[in-house]
Order: sequence, then structure tokens, then C-alpha cells
Amino acid sequence: MKAAVVTFPGSNCDRDLAVAFERAGWDVVRVWHKDTALPEGVDVVGVPGGFSFGDYLRCGAIAAQSPIGAAVKAHAARGGYVLGICNGFQVLTEMQLLPGALMRNAGLKFVCRMLTLRVATADSAFTAGYGKGQEITVPVAHHDGNYTIGADGLKQLQDQDRIAFTYADNPNGSVADIAGILSENRRVLGMMPHPERVVDPLQGGTDGAVLFKALLGGLALA
Amino acid sequence: MSEPALTPDLIASHGLKPDEYQRILEIIGREPTFTELGIFSAMWNEHCSYKSSKKWLRTLPTTGPQVICGPGENAGVVDIGDGQAVIFKMESHNHPSYIEPHQGAATGVGGILRDVFTMGARPIAAMNALSFGEPSHPKTAHLVKGVVEGIGAYGNAFGVPTVGGEVRFHRAYNGNCLVNAFAAGLADADKIFYSAASGVGMPVVYLGAKTGRDGVGGATMASAEFDDTIEEKRPTVQVGDPFTEKRLLEACLELMASGAVISIQDMGAAGLTCSAVEMGDKGGLGIKLQLDDVPQRETGMTAYEMMLSESQERMLMVLKPSMEAEARAIFEKWDLDFAIVGETIPEDRFLILHGNEIKADLPLSKLSSSAPEYDRPWVETPKAAPLGDVPAIAPLAGLRALIGSPTYAHKAWVWEQYDSQVGADTVVTPGLPAGVVRVHGTGKALAFTSDVTPRYVKANPVEGGKQAVAEAYRNLTAVGAKPLATTDNLNFGNPEKPEIMGQFVGAIKGIGAAVAALDMPIVSGNVSLYNETDGKGILPTPTIGAVGILTSLDEVINGKPMAGDALVLIGVAGSHLGQSAVLAEGFGIEAGDAPAVDLAAEKRHGEFVRANRALIRACTDLGDGGLALAAFEMAEGARVGVTVENGEAGFLFGEDQARYIVATDKADALIAAGKAAGVHVAVVGRFGGDAVSLGGEVASLAELSALYRSAFAKAVA
Repeated sequence: MKAAVVTFPGSNCDRDLAVAFERAGWDVVRVWHKDTALPEGVDVVGVPGGFSFGDYLRCGAIAAQSPIGAAVKAHAARGGYVLGICNGFQVLTEMQLLPGALMRNAGLKFVCRMLTLRVATADSAFTAGYGKGQEITVPVAHHDGNYTIGADGLKQLQDQDRIAFTYADNPNGSVADIAGILSENRRVLGMMPHPERVVDPLQGGTDGAVLFKALLGGLALA
Repeated sequence: MSEPALTPDLIASHGLKPDEYQRILEIIGREPTFTELGIFSAMWNEHCSYKSSKKWLRTLPTTGPQVICGPGENAGVVDIGDGQAVIFKMESHNHPSYIEPHQGAATGVGGILRDVFTMGARPIAAMNALSFGEPSHPKTAHLVKGVVEGIGAYGNAFGVPTVGGEVRFHRAYNGNCLVNAFAAGLADADKIFYSAASGVGMPVVYLGAKTGRDGVGGATMASAEFDDTIEEKRPTVQVGDPFTEKRLLEACLELMASGAVISIQDMGAAGLTCSAVEMGDKGGLGIKLQLDDVPQRETGMTAYEMMLSESQERMLMVLKPSMEAEARAIFEKWDLDFAIVGETIPEDRFLILHGNEIKADLPLSKLSSSAPEYDRPWVETPKAAPLGDVPAIAPLAGLRALIGSPTYAHKAWVWEQYDSQVGADTVVTPGLPAGVVRVHGTGKALAFTSDVTPRYVKANPVEGGKQAVAEAYRNLTAVGAKPLATTDNLNFGNPEKPEIMGQFVGAIKGIGAAVAALDMPIVSGNVSLYNETDGKGILPTPTIGAVGILTSLDEVINGKPMAGDALVLIGVAGSHLGQSAVLAEGFGIEAGDAPAVDLAAEKRHGEFVRANRALIRACTDLGDGGLALAAFEMAEGARVGVTVENGEAGFLFGEDQARYIVATDKADALIAAGKAAGVHVAVVGRFGGDAVSLGGEVASLAELSALYRSAFAKAVA
């Protein structure tokens, strides 16, 4: 199975994401933001963390308009899988592949810490390796992770079981403690925490590895 | 545009003393142009020329089998085996950070990262050592917030993990905070890039961001004392752009891999002037620059402004002419400026053209080699008076005074604002004695620490200088690493005062003795003098940044004590309370001599810890606050209680050197190993329960923990 990892100028978790995919058994291709098409046979697109275009406008807003953006949207429209982490989550909301928006943290400070996430649904290829309600340890590192969405939108996410992860102890003020959400077809996941930073015992845990392995297993069966 | 006449006032405002100006007249045999005056001022200020410190810096040990390149390049290069090298340096950005904390600190981080990747290394770790005034001073909270935010904003966006550092508060820094930034990078030992130009007629290429008027005269500012006109100096602080720096990093590394680079130098202090002179001087060549070709952010810039601009995120390179098209394509890919702005010339000449005019025409080699050098008068720091009688220190009251002070409180408020894990190779995150980062794709790791105890250096510069190195050695040892090499960031007051110069000389002697004895040579560094405001100097603060190696990740010591573990002391029982943290924080007493440093004992005890890591679950060195603070921190981090029965103040809070504490369930074996090695090893307490018990006084861990974890935020609220 093949994963494409996109690099925007200012991405800085692109290598880490590629390594995490590789460790889980994926073939990884790297894609440059000025590319206009994804390579043949890509199963999942990884949109990494970092500060694409410096986050100088709204986080993720310029990246969403870059040439590769159209290809990623077309991939998603065809039912392809997309994983956006941290800045990648911000990019996916700016591309409108996911609803809502990420605002400045309620504490107004950058927050980097290991924390506990609750798996809110195991019903997706990304989260199938966890049990619903399971607590996992994954780090966050962001300045703008305060997820927000209108009341109707939130209800829809809840009714459709599209909240993937919630924080046990919310670091950024996000609505309903949301840490990650799924698209309506459950094939696009955006999350602020960094599963790619916990795929090796040396990093202080391996709870993130489960996601990359489950996705591979799920797609291989499909 | 006509240039101003060179009046004595104008010359003085460039930081040039009358005898220095006289020297310029002798060198060039005529009156300099305005642009030339600016160039001399940039090259001859303290910050760039090290004119007060050079004589003493030469005495430092800088070589060893592990050293590939010592001081003199952008950063030091040290062999880590398997054909790889670690490249690192520490540098101050004190004055800009006091004037504009966010941008001052941010550009300090940017500058040190550039120093590292200019040499071909990908940055893998950053640290910062910060000294602020007392928390009650009206500027302190503002400075802390701005500096920490600025460091985070730059390092986080650039994508380097910040894995360590230190933060202290003392009234001596009220008018002059210190921001010392460290960065380390990784490169193949045979692919290091240096600054010496070679070949005549080679294109000189400008890379990176455009040149603006920001930072004009910044290095000269950093070489003067502050007074109440500092607000007027705000425009000399540069603005950082980590997004451009990140692109510059990637573009430079691609360019270096392409084989197009002959030599390369970042534009830091004194920008285009300093970088061009450095490349020419080291290569024994002249440089001709055509300023009309310099990418400019603003219109109407003069030659003087362009030569002195400190706009950030810029590099100067000498290019292999045959590779121009490929090099240009790489920079266009990353949307960065790439412009040929000059060439190397055979004669010893620094020729600056702008419009159709010659703006400067100077003998290039004289700009740095003929820079003034001073043997400043100095007086030895008088021996400190004995400590004398001290008030009674109750064990828990002493501990509370320490953990409730922002200098010794838990620092999560600071380090959570830094991304400590980007790169996904961080093995030990902030909070332990040293940060540890895996060498990407290998089973090896590097450890990083920065240390100094300014109170000691003030009381006894020689022992204080030794102690800073010894503590760095211990901190690396405590995570299982073998110390490799050192960078020094020497922050002092006005060197024209013999007593300040005496502190500097003493500290250098101590540092030199310690790095020689502990085999961790100085490979890079920076000197920051004139850290004074209205004539009041800071505490002498020679920050030591050090790097150690773990040849296998199995060697890392990063466990946490468990209930039932013994608390074992390696080294002598404590007794030295002179200049101790408990007296300073608890009673406002800063008196007595600094603790003596026995370098042979440091080495023996360090080797003992590394040789017996299999018997050690958790380890930390004893420094400020002594055994009580270290034992509390170790217990608190593991959320387990600790009991120490001996309640004597010297035992609990003494700051004797060459000591560690460890948590172990193999105490008997460790004691036996100590006997065999001639190292004093004794069980002094036990972990377990949910209370902290010192000398029979008991408090709940939860209560102390709440104090420890809230004190910093409260102090800077």
C-alpha cells in the first residue's frame, strides 16, 4: 500500500510522518506542493504538521490553495484516504475536506506536552486498531489547535459518530474536547495530536503506531 | 546622495575610540568615506572583533582527537564516529532581547541555527539559557513572556526540538537580561562546509531574504552599555522570519549536496560586511561587491545601510561558476533570492561599488587582522570572606523556599511553549538533567546541557568557571552520556573596569582547567561584554553548553524512582553552604566562598556512574539546592514520596561538588562497586509513600508538588 506525504514550504513534520508510515509497512512517496498530481496508486495522502507558508495568514489557508491541493481534493472526492496531522488538520479544514476551524489556543500560548486522548470511535480505518473509549498517550505541539464548529455542525459530528479523538484534559479549549474528526465517508481524518511522534518505544510510547498499522490492515483488506 | 562629514561626534557614535580612528587613518593613509567608517565600526566593535577577550580566549584548550574543527568557524565540529559529526555553538542575544524581547530572542535562535546549517548540518537540537531580573521588577514578567514566546515562535516554526536550557532570576539582571541560544546539528564528517573563499574570479552569491534597513548598527549597539536612551535603540533590533529560515535551510542543504558550494558564510552581526570580509580573509583573497545587485526590500538604500544591515535569513556563498544554473534552480524552487553580487579578486582589497561610485576601497586583510586587540588591565577578585554563622535552616522550610522560587521551581511553563519533539528523535524531553536526541536512523544519541552558577563565579571566578564545566559534565553523565566537547557563552560587564576584567580572566582560567581535566575541549563560543545598565554589571555568567554521546541507546539513564528504591549518594556528604541556593532564596544571604571543585573527583565519579549504569534506575547530579532539592525533584517527577533521615542543613542543602544521587534497587551492589573504585557511595534515604520526609519533618508530596508546579507561573503572572 502506498502513502504520499505532502511537503509545503514550512512543513516540518513531513519526514517524521514518512518514517511513521514506513515503520508500519507502507511504501512512502514524497510529494512537493507545486506538483499538480499525485503519483499513481496512492492509497492515502498524509498532510504533515509544521508551519506551512509560515502560518502567516490563517494557519493552513495558503497551503490549501497550492497546486497539490486540487489533487488532494480530487483524491478525497474519489473516496481516497487522507490523514492530516496538526498543521495538516488545519489545511484540511481550509480545503473544506473537514468542517469547522482551528483557532488560537484558549491559553494563547503554544502547548507541547504528552497527554491522554480518548478514542471516541473505533469505526474508521484509522481508529479500528483501538477500542472505543480506550485511552492513549500522544503528544500535542500547537499554537492553534482550538477546534470550533457551530452547534448544528457539532450535532452532526456527534450524530454521525465522526469525532475520532477527544482530550481527557483539554489543552486548547476546543469545543466538546475535540482532538480529531472524520469526514462523512470516514476516510479523511484530521487531528491536532501527533501520532507519528509515538511509534517507537524510545519516543516514550507506541500508541501512535496502532493508527498507521490499522490503516494499512484496513486498506489491504478493502 | 551626499554623505555626512566625519566629525568626532559621528566617529564616537560608531563606537570608535580616538586612538582606534587614528589607526584607521594610518592603515588607509587618508580619511575614510562614511561607508568605510561604518565598515570599520562593524568589524572593530567588541562583538565582532573580540578585542578585549582574544588574548584570554587563546588560552582555552580547543583540541583533542574528537575535535574536527575548533573555534574560528561558524560553529565547532566534533566527531561522533561512523563518519558523522555534531556541529554546535552557543551565542548571546542579550541586548536586542532586552529592547524587544520577542524579536530579540527569536532572531537569537535564528542566528545560531544559521551558524549550524551554514556548515552543512541539519539542526537537531536547541537549548537556551536565560537570566532575568528579580520577579518583582516591573520589566521582568514582560521580558520572560516575550523571550520565551520569541524562542518558541522561531524554533517551533523552523522545526528544531528545544530539549533543554535554564532560567534564573536575580536582581543583577534587572537592567540587562541574558538570552543565550544554543543549537546543534548533524552532518557527515567529510561534508562540512567552511567559510574560506578559494579561487580568483569566482562569483559571490547572495542567498535568502532581501536586505532592509533593520538592524543597521546592531553589533555596535551590542558592544555598548545601556542607559536610559535604550528605547531609541529599538529600530536596531531585527525581525525574524522562521519560515524563510526553514526554506533557507532546505535550499542550502540541497545546494551543498549538489556540489556547487566552494565556501559559505551566514550573514549575522554586521551582515554583508562581516560575512564578505570573513570569506576573503580566510581565503587570502579580496572581494568586490556590486551593491546594485543586492536584493533589496526597500528603495533608496545607501551603501552604508546595505553594508551594515542585519536583516535576517541571509547567506553569502562563493559558487562554482559551472554550477550556477543548478544552484539558481534550487533557490527558485524554494522561492528565495539568489543573486550574484560580486566576485573574488586576487588583490588584498575590499571594493564596494554602488551606482557608478566606489563607496569603499579598503585593504581587506587589515579589517580583521589589524583590528585592535587590548590587554585590558585586570585585578584578581579578592578571596571571599568566610561564610560565618548562618541562621538555622529547618529542612522543609528550606525546601519550600527553593521550590517556591521561580529559579528552582518546575519550568513546564517555559518548556511547554517549545516543541521538544519535532524530528521525532527526542529520547529525553526537558526536565531531566540533559536533553537526549537520537542520531536519526541510528542507535546512537547525543545529550545536551547548559550550565553555570553565576553566584559562584562572582564569589570566586576561577572555581565558578570550573564549576560551570563540572556541572555540565555531571548533567551529561547523569543521563548516561560521555561528555565530548563544550561551547562557551561568556556574559560579563564592562571589560574596561579592572575588577570585571578580573572576573573574566578568572573564569577563563577555571573553565580552561576544567575542560582540560574532563576532556571536553571548547570548540566554539561567544563573548558578550558591556552587560551593564547605568554602570551596574550583571553577575558574571559564563554559560557552558556541552554535548555528550551515547554510543548505544541502551546506555541512556532516564528511569524514574519506584517505591522501595534506595536513595543513594555518590560523593561526599554535603556541608558547604557558602553561596548556596538555600541561603540566597530563603534568607537573601549571598555570602561565603563558592564550593571548591575537585576535577579528579569529578572525573572519577562520572566514570563510576557511567560504568555502573546497569545498577542505576534514575540519576541526577547535585548542584544548586543540594541533596534535598535533587531528591525532591526526582521523587516529584515520579509522583512517589521520599524520606531522608539526616536533617542537618549542610547535609541537605550543601552544594559540595562531584556528587550525584541515584535511585536503585541494587544499592548493595552499587556500594560494593564504589568500594572497589574508591568512590564514596552510601544509602541516604528511600523512595516510597506519598510524603516528603526530611530530618523527621513531613509534608505531603501533593502539597509540595502544587507549590513547585505553580511558583513559576505565579512569579511571571
